[in-house]
Amino acid sequence: MIKQRIGKIINEAVKNFFRKPATISLAKDKIQIVKNYRGKLVYDPANCTGCGMCVRNCPAAAITIVNEGTKEERKMKATLNVGHCIFCCQCVDSCPKKCLSYSQNIDLASFNKEELKMQL
Amino acid sequence: MEKVDENKERAENKENEENKESKQNRETSERNRIVIPIGPQHPSLKEPSSFIITLEGEKVVDAVIGVGYVHRGIEKACESRTYIQNLYLIERVCGICSHTHSTAFCQGIEELAGITIPRRAAYIRVIVAELERLHSHLLWLGVAAHEIGFDTLFMYSWRDREKVLDVLAEICGNRVNYGINTIGGVRRDIDSEMMQDTLKMADYLEGQLKYYLDLVMTDKVLSARLVGIGKLSREDALKFGVVGPVARAAGIMDDIRIIEPYAAYDEIPVNPVTDTHADVFGRTVVRIKEMLESLEIIRYSVKNIPDGDIAVKAPRRIPAGEVISRTEAPRGENIHYIRSNGTDMPDRVRIRAPSQANWQGMRHMLQGQYLADIPITIAAIDPCYSCTDRAIVVNSESGTEIMDWQGLRQYSIEWYKKRGIDVSLVKMPERKFYA
Amino acid sequence: MVLKLVKILIFPGFSFLAIYGMFLEYLDRKIYARIQNRMGPPWYQPLADFLKLLGKEIIIPADSNKKMFKILPIVSLAAVASAFVYIPVFGNTSSAFFEGDLIIVLYLMTITTICMFLAGWYSRGVYATIGSVRTLTQMFAYEVPLFMALLAPALIAKTWSITGMTAFYEEHPRYILINIPALFVALISGQGKLERAPFDSPEAETEIVSGVFVEYSGRLLAFFKLSVDCELVLVASLISAIFLPIMTDIAVLDFVIYLLKTIGILIIFSLMRSIMARFRIDQVVKICWRYLTPIATVQIIINLLIRGLLTL
Ligand code: SF4
Ligand code: SF4
Repeated sequence: MIKQRIGKIINEAVKNFFRKPATISLAKDKIQIVKNYRGKLVYDPANCTGCGMCVRNCPAAAITIVNEGTKEERKMKATLNVGHCIFCCQCVDSCPKKCLSYSQNIDLASFNKEELKMQL
Repeated sequence: MEKVDENKERAENKENEENKESKQNRETSERNRIVIPIGPQHPSLKEPSSFIITLEGEKVVDAVIGVGYVHRGIEKACESRTYIQNLYLIERVCGICSHTHSTAFCQGIEELAGITIPRRAAYIRVIVAELERLHSHLLWLGVAAHEIGFDTLFMYSWRDREKVLDVLAEICGNRVNYGINTIGGVRRDIDSEMMQDTLKMADYLEGQLKYYLDLVMTDKVLSARLVGIGKLSREDALKFGVVGPVARAAGIMDDIRIIEPYAAYDEIPVNPVTDTHADVFGRTVVRIKEMLESLEIIRYSVKNIPDGDIAVKAPRRIPAGEVISRTEAPRGENIHYIRSNGTDMPDRVRIRAPSQANWQGMRHMLQGQYLADIPITIAAIDPCYSCTDRAIVVNSESGTEIMDWQGLRQYSIEWYKKRGIDVSLVKMPERKFYA
Repeated sequence: MVLKLVKILIFPGFSFLAIYGMFLEYLDRKIYARIQNRMGPPWYQPLADFLKLLGKEIIIPADSNKKMFKILPIVSLAAVASAFVYIPVFGNTSSAFFEGDLIIVLYLMTITTICMFLAGWYSRGVYATIGSVRTLTQMFAYEVPLFMALLAPALIAKTWSITGMTAFYEEHPRYILINIPALFVALISGQGKLERAPFDSPEAETEIVSGVFVEYSGRLLAFFKLSVDCELVLVASLISAIFLPIMTDIAVLDFVIYLLKTIGILIIFSLMRSIMARFRIDQVVKICWRYLTPIATVQIIINLLIRGLLTL
């Protein structure tokens, strides 16, 4: 039979009392993001052909690509609804021209629903 | 003759008396019964589900279990989305064991399409699956400790879980809903820096897990709250068909990783973990030992991961057919059934998550328990949870609407104005939380 | 007269009690957090909680007894505040004292618990009812060892007044050592009295939501929370006054010593809270009757013998 004691965690408790807390103060410190974290999308319209693969594969119907120019002189615009986007980056994988990529910007919360629709 | 009659009469009388007495007993005990609802909203439940508990004093006589409050129609939604889109939908069946669901789904489709994934991809799937098991079990340990009012252990185990989540974020790009699986392999490769970080985390965690195991084994208060609670014997476990750690704590080895190896588990040695306590204590021990086993698996896979591609190209349209695919989720056996009709959308998807199997034995486990032990008994099967952060106003003048933050704020300002306080002068802070 | 009123209302009376209660709550939460490797709340958190609750809507359950429901938090707070008057804060004299005030303090302490029981009972909710039954069960469990432990030192001092006891032990500091087992019992059953973990099953959040307080909201809840904070100060000061009567004759220094003593006791309370899982109510009763009461009884017997020897 193993010997049992009351309050075995006390050593660890006292040790932790003098340790630096594992949490940070949200009011003072900043959260560190690892470098591969998937955040808000970045769009580079230079090569975009408007093929629509990203739109077709998006599971959340968050991204739309429109051509505001003419067929010859393309002026591609991408709109992302960050309220819908689930940051899966399937669009990044799907794009044949590598126009889309992701950043580490994840501070996208807003008090207003309209602000969630962003022009990329 | 007369004597016999007399005897009979006497016996009958006695029986009547006994009946009366027991009836009286029953009546008084029935009068003493109270029915309390635990859930759908209750601090001890991390998901909405309802337990109507009949109590006699502090003892549970009966429990009626109602689940299904978070039915989101995922299976139906799958039928109107392409396989690629479904990957991310399936991943959101559960926030904690998302990888195991997407693995089961991908595996099934790969089988239908006749694709074999590269070995490196299989190894990466195993590494992520074991990391997921680690974080899920650590989460469970914390929740279980919180249910019995041991918040210090709760905080410690969640602190250690953060380390696992950091590694997961580094490998997959997100803390939960990793999005690492794709049909035909995985989406991201693992580089040597990630491997170093994983091994470093494993070394740290091993010390912590050994400490927790020692703590659970030797702390008197913990064992007073865990031993003998939520008993489900081997026979009952087989009868109710429970899976995962609940079954393994009753001595039933049902680990899919061993019985029917998938991904790279056929090459990686997995030791079965079982226990004979058949109660909450046993489930705790099984989970902690499983985590130690997971660390070994991670170490082995990181060391022996083969070089090569991480994905093969998969067709958009999947050939017609049906398939059943099984994986070992942190909570037990997870089954996916997929039927394809040759288009780019599945015809039918059916998911049997492990918690669904484990609910069956719940009523049996609850009966005869103290009220105080209900939360830990429920938590011991580790049910999944989901949550949302918008408020839906029902029956307001304008009908149902979803309020965003500004709407809620406006509502509260008006609410206070009616009572003579004007809080609209208080400015909302404009700040950015993330570096 | 005016001085007495100031003493009772402001310092070291009610205002001091409320402020110090909030401070101790902050300290308790901070220590608890740091033990758990967390940051913990900022210093103004208890005050902010209190003010926020004051501004919240009060919802009174339709089935409840409305008058009792509203009056109980005030009664509870008043009971703690009046008990605190008899406790010496600086120097060895309290704001008011008479022969037998120890008994009064103990009974006033019971009133707060009874208030909680009634509050739960009159809210008529299931969780509240179970919580109130548990409160009462727990009261019967810790009351006996707590009272015995607190009364044992009085036997040697031959006075039923806290001020008198403090004076006696100041003269004979060696007798303090005899009461160490009683101190041990008082610390544990004091934790039970305050309904803090591991003896928090009357308000166990994960079982019965928060027991007796579940139906309370707004101002009424704020007063209940304040009275719980004040109770913490009361128990800590009572234990420090009875068991640790360390005195100098300089009032300011005595006050500092008082603060140090109560904070020390609070640290023990916080540590106890953080190293154990919650006991079930039947386990609480078992612990109190099987372990604490015999220790307290032995202490009483020893103290009676010593008292006999002293009079010889
Ligand atoms: S990240 Fe995912 S959800 Fe967001 S736009 Fe791209 S595909 Fe759609
Ligand atoms: S997939 Fe790429 S090229 Fe095609 S529309 Fe989207 S961004 Fe443009």
